[in-house]
Amino acid sequence: MERKLALSDEILLSIEKPARYIGNEINAVYKDKDSVDIRFAMCFPDVYEIGMSHLGIQILYELFNRREDTWCERVYAPWFDLDKVMREKDIPLFALESQDPLTAFDFLGITLQYELCYTNILQVLDLGRIPLMAADRDESHPIVIGGGPCTYNPEPIADFFDLFYIGEGEVVYDRLLDLYKECKKAGGAWRKAFLRRAASVPGIYVPSLYTPAYHEDGTLASFTPAGDDVPAVVEKQIVMDMTNAVYPDKPLVPYIKVTQDRVVLEIQRGCIRGCRFCQAGMIYRPTREKDVEKLKAQADIMLRGTGHEEISLSSLSSSDYTHLNELVSYLIEECSRRHINISLPSLRIDAFSLDVMSKVQDVKKSSLTFAPEAGSQRLRDVINKGLTEEIILKGAAEAFAGGWNKVKLYFMLGLPTEQEEDRKAIAHLANEIAVQYYELPKEQRFGKCQITVSTSFFVPKPFTPFQWASMHQPEDYIGMARTVNNEVRAMRNAKSIKYNWHEAEVTVLEGVMARGDRRLAPVILKAYRDGAMFEAWSEFWDWGRWLRAFDECGVDRDFYTMRERGDDELFPWDFIHAGVTKQFLLREWKRAHEPVVTKNCREQCSGCGARMYGGGVCFEGQA
Amino acid sequence: MKVRLKFTKEGEMKFIGHLDLMRCFQKVIRRSGIDIKFSEGLSPHMVMSFASPLSVGLTSLGEYVDMELVTPVSSAEGVRRLNEQMPAGIRALSLKQIPEGRANGAMALVAAAEYTVRFREGKAPAGGWEDKVPAFLSQETISAVKETKKGETTVDIRPLIYRMEAADGEVKLRLAGGSEANLKPELLMDTFVRWLGEEPQPFSLLICRTELLAKAGGEQDERFVPLEDLGEDIIL
Repeated sequence: MERKLALSDEILLSIEKPARYIGNEINAVYKDKDSVDIRFAMCFPDVYEIGMSHLGIQILYELFNRREDTWCERVYAPWFDLDKVMREKDIPLFALESQDPLTAFDFLGITLQYELCYTNILQVLDLGRIPLMAADRDESHPIVIGGGPCTYNPEPIADFFDLFYIGEGEVVYDRLLDLYKECKKAGGAWRKAFLRRAASVPGIYVPSLYTPAYHEDGTLASFTPAGDDVPAVVEKQIVMDMTNAVYPDKPLVPYIKVTQDRVVLEIQRGCIRGCRFCQAGMIYRPTREKDVEKLKAQADIMLRGTGHEEISLSSLSSSDYTHLNELVSYLIEECSRRHINISLPSLRIDAFSLDVMSKVQDVKKSSLTFAPEAGSQRLRDVINKGLTEEIILKGAAEAFAGGWNKVKLYFMLGLPTEQEEDRKAIAHLANEIAVQYYELPKEQRFGKCQITVSTSFFVPKPFTPFQWASMHQPEDYIGMARTVNNEVRAMRNAKSIKYNWHEAEVTVLEGVMARGDRRLAPVILKAYRDGAMFEAWSEFWDWGRWLRAFDECGVDRDFYTMRERGDDELFPWDFIHAGVTKQFLLREWKRAHEPVVTKNCREQCSGCGARMYGGGVCFEGQA
Repeated sequence: MKVRLKFTKEGEMKFIGHLDLMRCFQKVIRRSGIDIKFSEGLSPHMVMSFASPLSVGLTSLGEYVDMELVTPVSSAEGVRRLNEQMPAGIRALSLKQIPEGRANGAMALVAAAEYTVRFREGKAPAGGWEDKVPAFLSQETISAVKETKKGETTVDIRPLIYRMEAADGEVKLRLAGGSEANLKPELLMDTFVRWLGEEPQPFSLLICRTELLAKAGGEQDERFVPLEDLGEDIIL
C-alpha cells in the first residue's frame, strides 16, 4: 500500500517524534476510500501517546471498521511544534491512516475524557478547517459528534458540536450511521434533516435543538426542545451483555512508547461502591461483569494479535470482580510461561492481593497503593469511602511483613464538610503507617520506609451526590495543602513521608467546566484564541489567560464554583437520564451531611435507579 | 542456535527511531511465534543485538540483528513467518545461522557501511558535480568539521572513505563504520558540497544504507564481505 504522507520529510524530520503523525501501526485498518459510504475520523483531543492509550477508541475503531460501508481512522492533537508548522504553512489536519484532511470525512468523533481538553477540541477543528461553531457548518463539513464521560454535561462545549452520544458507544452507533446514509442519499438540505432525525435515536443529543433560559440569578430556568419530535430527556445507552460486546482481537500497536503500552483486558464496567465524589461510579451503573472464560480467551487472542509483552486489567474496582482470583491465577501461569508481565490495577490490600503482587512484581522495587481519599474516618463516611483506618493499617502491616517498604497514599482536599482537623488527619494517618513499619523487628526491615502522600483538590461532578457542593478559591486550596504539609513536617516520622499536591488553579477551571453551561463557550473560544491548548500539561498552563477570557466575556467563574446549589435547582445536565435518579443523588447528598454510610450494591440495594436496565449487579444470583 | 536476520527499513519506517524499532521487533517476533531466547532475571527480555543503529531519516536495504533461537526454524520458514508480521516498510531478507561467541556478533563485526545518496529535487549542487568526485578524492587529506558535544573539531576523513563514485545523480559510498572508526554519509556529503564552493542545505539528501560489511580474509587478501555472508542457511 503506497500512501503519500500529509507532511513532508523536512517537516517530519524537524519535529519531535514524527511517528506520532505517520500511522502505519500494526493492526491499523486500511480500506479503499472509494468503496466505503462513511468515513469516520475518531479523535482523542490530546497528544498521540495519551490518545493511543485509550481503550474506548480501540473498541470503537473495531466497531466501526467491522462495518463494510465504513472506514474509521484516527486523529490526535498535533503537539505544539507541529501545530506551529501547520499554521505557518497552512497545512490542514489529517487522519493518520489515509493522511487525508478532516474535511474529506463524514464524521469527526471526539472523545471527551477530561474538561481540560476543551481548548484542544477547538485546535483540532481549527487545524481541520471545520468551522468552530456548529451553526456555521454546512453539507461540506463533517458531522462533529462527541462522546465519553464529559458528555454527561456537554453544555460548555455544546456550541461546537453537532451531536453528542450519551453512553457507551457499542449500542446505537449502527443506527446512527444507517440514518446518516439514508439522509445523505436523500440529498438537498440533508444535514439539517439528519440532525433532526438523529434526535430520536436513543442516547443522541442534538444541542442545536434545545434552548436554555435563565433566571435573573443566573441559574437555569428551563431547557426546551425544539418540537414534539425532539425528546425532552436523553437516555444514556449502556451495553447489558458485556461478555458478547464488541472487543478488539487485534488492538493497534504503536511504535513509540505510549502511556498504556500493553494489552488491556476490560473485566467489568461500573462499580458497586458508591463513593459520593465519583462520577464514574455513578454513570456506569449498574456494574456488569464479563464472563471469566471469555476473558481468558480474550487475553490469549490479544497477546497473540499484538505481540505486547504486558497485560493489564481494566475496571473501576478490580477487587470487586467476582472471579478475580481465578482470572489472575490463570494469567500468572500463562504469562510466566510466555515471559509476559502482568500489570495489576490497584487492588484492595489483603492477603490475596499481597500474594498476587509478590508473584508478579519485585517487592523491593514496587510500592503499595492506598486511596483513603480522606484523612479522618468522619470524612471518609461523608464521601462513602468504605475504607477504615483499621483496614489500612492492617494492610500496611501485612505488606511490610511481606517485604514491601514503599507506600503511596492518595487523598482529596476540599471535600464537602471538610475541616482543619480532617486535613491534619492525613498527616496522622501517614505517620501511623510509618509506625507500623518501625514496629517490625529490625532484621525484618529494609532501611527506611517511604510513604508518599499525594493530594488532589476535589472537583464536584454532575451525576454525583456532590453535584450540589461548592468549591473554593485557588488560594484557599493552597492553604489546605499548606496545612497538610506543616502537619506532615511535625510528625515523628516526617523523614519517611513525602508530600505532593496538585495545582489549584487548574482545579478551579476544571470545576467551572464540569458544572458549566452554554454561556462558557465564548470563554473557551477566547482562551483558545489567546493560545490556550494542552491545559492538562502543566508546562504550558497560564491561568492569566483564562482570567482575561472570563473578564472579557463578562462571565463570573465564581457562579459555577463558589455556590452551594439549592436542592431544587435545575442543572444544565438534568435533561440527561443517566440511570441514577436525581432523587437518589439528593438522598445521598443529605446522608453525606449526617454522615451515614450507604452500603455497596452487593450488600444492599440503595435504589439508585439503575435497576431499570434489567441486568448487571442488580439482578445477580437471579435467573 | 545463534542466527542473524537481514532486513530492510524503507518508506515511512525511516521515521521510526532505533529504540522504537527494537520494540517493534520484539512484538513482531512474539506475533510470529518464533521461539527466541530470553534473558534471565525477574523481568526477562528478548536477547537481541542490532548491528548498527540507523539514524532517523535514513532508509536501508541492509540492516542486521542477531538473536538466539530456542527452537530452530529453517531460513525460509523464519523469513516467511517474520514477513507475515512485519509492518509495511520492513522486510526480512535472510535468516542465517552464525558461529557462537561475542566476537562473531554483528555489532563487533561491522567495519564498513555502503550507502547510496541522492540530492532531493532542486537541492543538488551546480551541474557536473558528479565529474568532480575523482578530484575531491585525490586530495591527500580531507578536512571535515565535525560537531561534537564539546564543540567543533576538525578531522581528516579521507582515510575513512573507502569508495566514492558518482553517476546519474547518485553517489555510491563505502565508508568506515562500526566502533573503531565511523564516518557518517551526511558529513562526507556536506564536506563535498563545501569543497565544490556551495553551502550545504538542510534536508537536501536522500540516503539509503545498502549494506553493512565485515572484514574477512587475512593480511594478504583482506576484503569486506556483507554480514550475512558470515552465516549459513538453516535447512531442517
